[in-house]
Amino acid sequence: MSELPVRGFFKRSRGDSPFARILIHLALILACVITVYPALRVISVSLRPGDRLLSTDLAIIPPDATLGNYVAVLTGAFPSFLWNSLIITVSTAVFGVILAATSAYAFSRWKFPGRGPGLVFLLATQMIPAAMLTVPIYILAVRLGLFDSYRGLVLAYSVSSIPFSIWILKGYYDTIPVDLEEAAMIDGASRITAFVKVILPLSTPALAIVFLFNFMTAWNDYLLARIMLQKEALQTWTIGLTRMQGQFQTQWGQFAAASVIVSIPVMALFLYSSKWLISGLTLGSVKG
Amino acid sequence: MDTDQANKQTSLALILAIAGILVAAGAGVGVFLLAHSAGLNLLVLALALVAGGLAFAATYLAGKAKESVLPGQAGRQSADLAAVLGWLGVIAAGWSLLYRLALMAPDTEVQTLLGLGEVVQTLLLIVAGAAAISGLTYLILGVIFKSRHALPFTLLAPAIVGLCLLVVYPMGYEVRLAFSNMSLRHFKDPTYALAEGWQNFKEVFTEPVLKQVHFFPLFLRTVLWTAVQVPFHVLGGLLLALLLNRPMKLRGLYRALLVIPWALPPIVAILAWRGEFHYEYGFLNIMLRGLGLAAVQWKSNPTANFIAMNIVNIWLGIPFMMVILLGGLQSIPGELYEAAEIDGATWGQQFRKITWPLLQPVLTPAIILGVIWTFNNFNVPFFINENELESSDILVTALFRAAFQYNQYGFAAAFAFVIFFILLGFSIFYINTTGALRGVTESAPATRRRRFSLRLGGSKGGSEK
Repeated sequence: MSELPVRGFFKRSRGDSPFARILIHLALILACVITVYPALRVISVSLRPGDRLLSTDLAIIPPDATLGNYVAVLTGAFPSFLWNSLIITVSTAVFGVILAATSAYAFSRWKFPGRGPGLVFLLATQMIPAAMLTVPIYILAVRLGLFDSYRGLVLAYSVSSIPFSIWILKGYYDTIPVDLEEAAMIDGASRITAFVKVILPLSTPALAIVFLFNFMTAWNDYLLARIMLQKEALQTWTIGLTRMQGQFQTQWGQFAAASVIVSIPVMALFLYSSKWLISGLTLGSVKG
Repeated sequence: MDTDQANKQTSLALILAIAGILVAAGAGVGVFLLAHSAGLNLLVLALALVAGGLAFAATYLAGKAKESVLPGQAGRQSADLAAVLGWLGVIAAGWSLLYRLALMAPDTEVQTLLGLGEVVQTLLLIVAGAAAISGLTYLILGVIFKSRHALPFTLLAPAIVGLCLLVVYPMGYEVRLAFSNMSLRHFKDPTYALAEGWQNFKEVFTEPVLKQVHFFPLFLRTVLWTAVQVPFHVLGGLLLALLLNRPMKLRGLYRALLVIPWALPPIVAILAWRGEFHYEYGFLNIMLRGLGLAAVQWKSNPTANFIAMNIVNIWLGIPFMMVILLGGLQSIPGELYEAAEIDGATWGQQFRKITWPLLQPVLTPAIILGVIWTFNNFNVPFFINENELESSDILVTALFRAAFQYNQYGFAAAFAFVIFFILLGFSIFYINTTGALRGVTESAPATRRRRFSLRLGGSKGGSEK
């Protein structure tokens, strides 16, 4: 990582005095402590044995750590919630990426009637409060028989993150010179082949980011899942988890253990794609 | 390897792929037809297994064949086709296998696998629907009308239809709801009338939205909430991005740790924070007591609860801005700073004259999105406000309660439109003043090339490893 050309405001790395460097590290360490501490607390609570859940002890790893809470969560009803979330999330994320990838390509490379208004419309959909569409979607789902089944949810998740995905992908495609496809087309490739073989491989960072966002939207959704699913056998982990932290009685240890478990897939995905996170998010290209 | 052999392999792969798909389809149909009969399980399973095997063999052969055919030759495309068909066959076979196994399982817990069947069925339907929509669009525009816009519309059609289903139609329905007296009492027999709509919109501004709180206090609180959050996110994110934007030890580790609040599922983070606002056992109060200060009633005191919401959301929101702004900083050419240094500019001047202006293309859309997302943030105010204090509600949580706790659907629809138009008005105003979207509508592919070859260099700076 040291050879990468970092530019910017404080780019003079050798110019930073040792004192400044220590200050910078201190500031970053402080920021890291603030971001990490609440997350560590969750892990800490999940490791506590059942009789010491409520404690004013601030140590991260409790002296009598146990995995009992994890065993309790994994043998209870929670895996079913997790499974429901996982199948819905993975499949809708894949499909959402495909839909957005092709649409964004159309927005990036062609000038067609309705292009400008279309892009503005996509931005305007972001202004719709999520709670606003829940009422009509709920009533429609009840009337169309999509209530209490995965069908409505799968349909909704596949589409719901499309506007944001299109914006990200369009911005990224815009940074790829048209010459590349033209070269491929001179070699006899069709427009679609050029897109699939030239543009898509070059767009891996943006595609990874869009997949991540799609995955996170569906995996983390609470509102739609709460409205569309009533049967406990169908519900997703967000509902299961909020129910664990009841208003009058909370099983803290199990709640924390379940939290750690559901965070693992997202965190893993996030860390894995973090190398693309900065290059993939070219919000700046919105201008082009 | 010679071409003859490759061609032979390709045709073999094609035949195998088609055979695999046919058998897989047979197994799939069998699964559907026999779903509720007791016998023939083994036959269907065997069929699915054979189909999967055939299809996999097809993809393998196609891969082999591809290695020996030069790109551009006819055999290459058939090999590609065979590979794709083969994989489809493998997926179909695997799915029918799983579905059948789930049906056979006596254990009710394994029946959750059936959920997979439902999801896959739905997805197959959606994929088939999308393909049909695209094909139809191409047929109508490209073949019948010979429009030169056929290809882009073919690519867009599935997304357009999807958005119509999920956004446009519900929005239209919402308009209708806003002009009705739909509520729990009138769920089956609502009346739709202009007068009802007038009544609904009037009530938004004159009657309490929930039990006590009126529209304007809610609106002011939402504005305050947004006005606190966005500057904190931008300034915090900018500070961290500036600190990180340099070659230094542990940079990757810092960055990974700093994005944790964004990476955590929000529900987990928010519920964990809600636990930490416990009077007796939350770490905030423990620390306050340790410092000799009075502990705070985070959940029942209105002011404290509002502050609690803000703490959580600042913690949650900074990493996104940091990542966006880091990307922006890395796309600023380093030569500008070198030139400025030669001219003797101080770092304050460099920031004002180079960094800040050149960050604008990144910052403006980020701020618009930040304002919209904060204004519409549902999870944080909804969950942190455990005791359902109306003094902690912002517009969108009040909207949710009006709809789903008080079941005033018609009124909630009118309320929702008021919120939507507030945001739309703000965005139009902001976009017009900053010119953030100036390029969107006018950029033609021809003018783009030069500008973006410049930017490619910028975005390369960020793709690191």
